[in-house]
Amino acid sequence: MTEEEAKKIILEALQGKSAAKSKFYLKDFYAMIPDMKAREVKNIVNRMVSEGTLEYWSSGSTTLIGLKGMGKQHSEED
Amino acid sequence: MGKHNTPMLDELEKGPWPSFVSDIKQQVANGKHVLKEAPDDLLGVMELSYVDKVTHWKHGGIVGVFGYGGGIIGRYCDQPQMFPGVAHFHTVRVNQPSSKFYTAKYLRELCDLWERHGSGLTNMHGSTGDIVFLGTTTDHLEPLFFEMTHELNQDLGGSGSNLRTPECCLGQSRCEFACYDTQEACDNLTHEYQDELHRPAFPYKFKFKFDGCPNGCVASIARSDMSFIGTWRDNIRIDQAAVKAYVGGEFAPNAGAYSGRDWGKFDIQKEVVDLCPTGCMRWDGSKLEINDKECVRCMHCLNVMPRALRKGLDTGVSILFGAKAPILEGAQMSTLTVPFLKMESPFSEAKDLVEKVWDWWMEEGKNRERLGELIQRKTFQEFLRVCELDPDPRMVDEPRSNPYIFWKEEEVEGGWTRDIDAFRAKHQR
Repeated sequence: MTEEEAKKIILEALQGKSAAKSKFYLKDFYAMIPDMKAREVKNIVNRMVSEGTLEYWSSGSTTLIGLKGMGKQHSEED
Repeated sequence: MGKHNTPMLDELEKGPWPSFVSDIKQQVANGKHVLKEAPDDLLGVMELSYVDKVTHWKHGGIVGVFGYGGGIIGRYCDQPQMFPGVAHFHTVRVNQPSSKFYTAKYLRELCDLWERHGSGLTNMHGSTGDIVFLGTTTDHLEPLFFEMTHELNQDLGGSGSNLRTPECCLGQSRCEFACYDTQEACDNLTHEYQDELHRPAFPYKFKFKFDGCPNGCVASIARSDMSFIGTWRDNIRIDQAAVKAYVGGEFAPNAGAYSGRDWGKFDIQKEVVDLCPTGCMRWDGSKLEINDKECVRCMHCLNVMPRALRKGLDTGVSILFGAKAPILEGAQMSTLTVPFLKMESPFSEAKDLVEKVWDWWMEEGKNRERLGELIQRKTFQEFLRVCELDPDPRMVDEPRSNPYIFWKEEEVEGGWTRDIDAFRAKHQR
């Protein structure tokens, strides 16, 4: 599977769930692409954040990841 | 007086200890911080929290600097109209220099930077060792990060599901007990694992800590998922003349510590030999002997008589895994996994082990499950298989409570499959 294909699967999976849930653990992304090694998925997810497709949410102790702009947190920063 | 009435906080200033309330008031009065209202409103929101007996901070946020997924922690107040100065009050973790050595000039530059871009309030240091900048707004984050990295050559620390800022003791810079160069190890692994430090990689946090000797000045055994603790595999060096000098009162035991009271004459039998946890020492009135095979590195004798007893010369580290200090369930100490490893640059063996463990934890760990909890859930036996290590009696710290031994199929002659017809020929239904 190419990186572009993996990104497409991730995006589709997140968009499908975005109404019910906007933030995901890194491990949830591994389940979206079970054939790929966890470390590779992690690198792709981090690149998607750098590219502006996804964004991190951190409590300070744990990090969650979601589609950029989704969820209530953005209203805090407006 | 500041803009808020704070009688409960004022009470805290009356105790015998230096008060953080006084420090914040000093910043209110004299600070040159850009976020003018922040320290004053911080006092106000704390007073309100004391009155209401509940926090007025909201938890977490999306803020950060470009390319990093750690080091900045979003904080917001849930009473922004009442306390506008702390409505947005993000925390910045700054990676402390190894062993926290810095010059006054560097500290001034850091403080000036923080006054240009934040509240001026700091926490020196956070529990993981970071220099913590308390309270700024989102628009200041990128300029702060740019100046910090480009002008001060200083990086952010770790937060979230990342590798956290590695921490080490003073090591060989000041301490003759240090069995390896903790600063070099800490610096080397920090650079090696920049990606894991700055971007989330794991199910939860992961901490390295480097103690130069078993005295454990950074408490790696209690606070880190992977503890590097200096040790030696030859014998404690004994200077018998110096032992006699301690016994004769020429040298103060414990290097003069605890000398505020009259404890009487130093008694080597009572204060050293009888306190050895494995009873491996003997004093016959003129000569001290140690059965080094039984020594468990408690460090008591070396601490009491540092001029007479010194660590061995064949030094390295013991590596332990799985400590954590959760508030709810109580602390868990790390477990000895590698009894001895030479710890020399480029630390290849240690890094090989790190990566095996991370791969396993990334695959098997549940969300928010620390490595120590995963080892408990999957068994230490499985963990040793992952690390490609053979079991060793030194890994055992108590008699086992589980009577079962779980074999793998390849360890059993013939495996799990059996010929049912051959079985039935001997055993009727």
